[in-house]
Amino acid sequence: MHPAFSVIFLTTLIGAAQGLFLALFTGQIFTQFKLMPEQQHPDFYVIGSIIAVGLMAIGLFASFFHLGHPERAWRSAAKWKTSWLSREVIALPAAMGAVFLYGAAHYFGLTTPLFTMPGGTGIDATLLLGLAATVTVYALFICTGMIYGCIKFLQEWHSPLTVVNFTLMGTASGFVVATALSAYMQTELTQFYAAWAIFFTVVALVFRILSLVRNSKIKPKSDLRSAIGVNHPNIKQIAQGSMGGSFNTREYFHGKKASFVRNMKYIFLALAFIAPLVLLALSLGTSSWVIPVVAVGVQYLGLIAERWYFFADANHPQNLYYQQIS
Amino acid sequence: MTQLALVIDLNVCVGCHACVTSCKEWNTSGPAGSMVDKNPYKEDPTGTFFNRVQSFEIGTYPQTETVHFPKSCLHCEEPPCVPVCPTGASYKREEDGIVLVDYDKCIGCKYCSWACPYGARELDEKQKVMKKCTLCVDRIYDEDLPENERKPACVMSCPTSARLFGDVHDESSDVSKAIRENAGYQLMPEWGTKPANHYLPRRKVKMTIHKDELERVDNPLSKEERKTHNAPGTGPSLDDMTSW
Repeated sequence: MHPAFSVIFLTTLIGAAQGLFLALFTGQIFTQFKLMPEQQHPDFYVIGSIIAVGLMAIGLFASFFHLGHPERAWRSAAKWKTSWLSREVIALPAAMGAVFLYGAAHYFGLTTPLFTMPGGTGIDATLLLGLAATVTVYALFICTGMIYGCIKFLQEWHSPLTVVNFTLMGTASGFVVATALSAYMQTELTQFYAAWAIFFTVVALVFRILSLVRNSKIKPKSDLRSAIGVNHPNIKQIAQGSMGGSFNTREYFHGKKASFVRNMKYIFLALAFIAPLVLLALSLGTSSWVIPVVAVGVQYLGLIAERWYFFADANHPQNLYYQQIS
Repeated sequence: MTQLALVIDLNVCVGCHACVTSCKEWNTSGPAGSMVDKNPYKEDPTGTFFNRVQSFEIGTYPQTETVHFPKSCLHCEEPPCVPVCPTGASYKREEDGIVLVDYDKCIGCKYCSWACPYGARELDEKQKVMKKCTLCVDRIYDEDLPENERKPACVMSCPTSARLFGDVHDESSDVSKAIRENAGYQLMPEWGTKPANHYLPRRKVKMTIHKDELERVDNPLSKEERKTHNAPGTGPSLDDMTSW
């Protein structure tokens, strides 16, 4: 498939935003349930939520460039019963709204316990809103992954690994952003986030490699024989019906050499996973915010490369009909 | 339930592209607006077509055969492009099974084109909406046209009658008969899309002729034959009585 930058930015940015929110809420739960020392920076959750909502807004903005008629985008919420894209269109604003409310609750200090758990932990509005936002964030991960995972013709995408990878890479990048933010604001959560970021990056790497292995073994279901219905082992296209290109020759081909695509794979493995892991490990011993911020940048570049490869790697069966100009 | 469709006979298609030009002419002049043609006479021409004729070479030289293969939307009975559309612009008509795009609702997200394994959908570069074969829905029901012209433009134009049009759910229709009697098949059946359009395969028509069918053994008209026949003991057979 042809990698479109609008969709690359959309999926990577909202993934990081979702992960960042999950990181904020994980931090809050750990402190609220007294598993961590008390937080001295109530602003941290507010600023974190602003960044998360901002990243999702930029992602949403980028997605409009994918549309031929952005002014009709409102129509796309109509078919949520059948279309994962439609569901994403609903889940994304829902997640933005929920994270915004979560940040607002922190801003207005709605931390008076509404009721108390048997263990003595007070449950306040921020916790309940955070829970609601977590639900929307996971719903969004599933919708985004399923947009690609549900197309059975794209065998590279048609796997539960697609949803798992979108979720894990989003979570990992969000925790790296949380590490950088908390290091910059010098909160007590920096080491906690760095450790979780390392954990999620490693898990994401494992599952991404699993999908690379899976995709390298794919046997295409369709070939020229079933495409034109002639049962002969030796079929060759000699004309595709036009001397120039068409939508079909542009939308479904990445247009790069095999070596370029292969290099992109090594680049994303290095930048999205290995380099951030090294940087996060380095940052564990120091209180400097520079290393985690560099890790965020490097990993984001790596994730752009990853998403580019994700698209380029998918081989559409319609390409069987477009192998030879004339 | 009616399911209109095309049946394309690969045995008689000569790859003349008449269906392609006729389709483009009809549909670019229709109420839905023109179909874009960028750089038609310059380098790198590109444009929207509902129908394309492709050519494939089968076999190894010199034992090869060229198959011309017209390809347009197959109007699947289980169209994978329809449920993925977020706006409902892409839909399959209940009454005749035609898969259509509502150009006023389409947001141009291209998702339906990803979900079509046949590459039947093309985004119009100018109107920025997804376009595809409509089976000339603006022709086939037009009561201003004479009844024998209420067919898709491609079917009208085909000089070898390689394109048949009709209801594939009606057992007695010409298209159903053609599919039944000539081993009609669907493209990429492995995906379960159940295309309504069918293709008729190349068919070899073989006739075995024996030597005695070309040359009659006892030709009563030949002079030599007559002499032999008149020789004693080798008289004419009963068959030759009349010309004796």
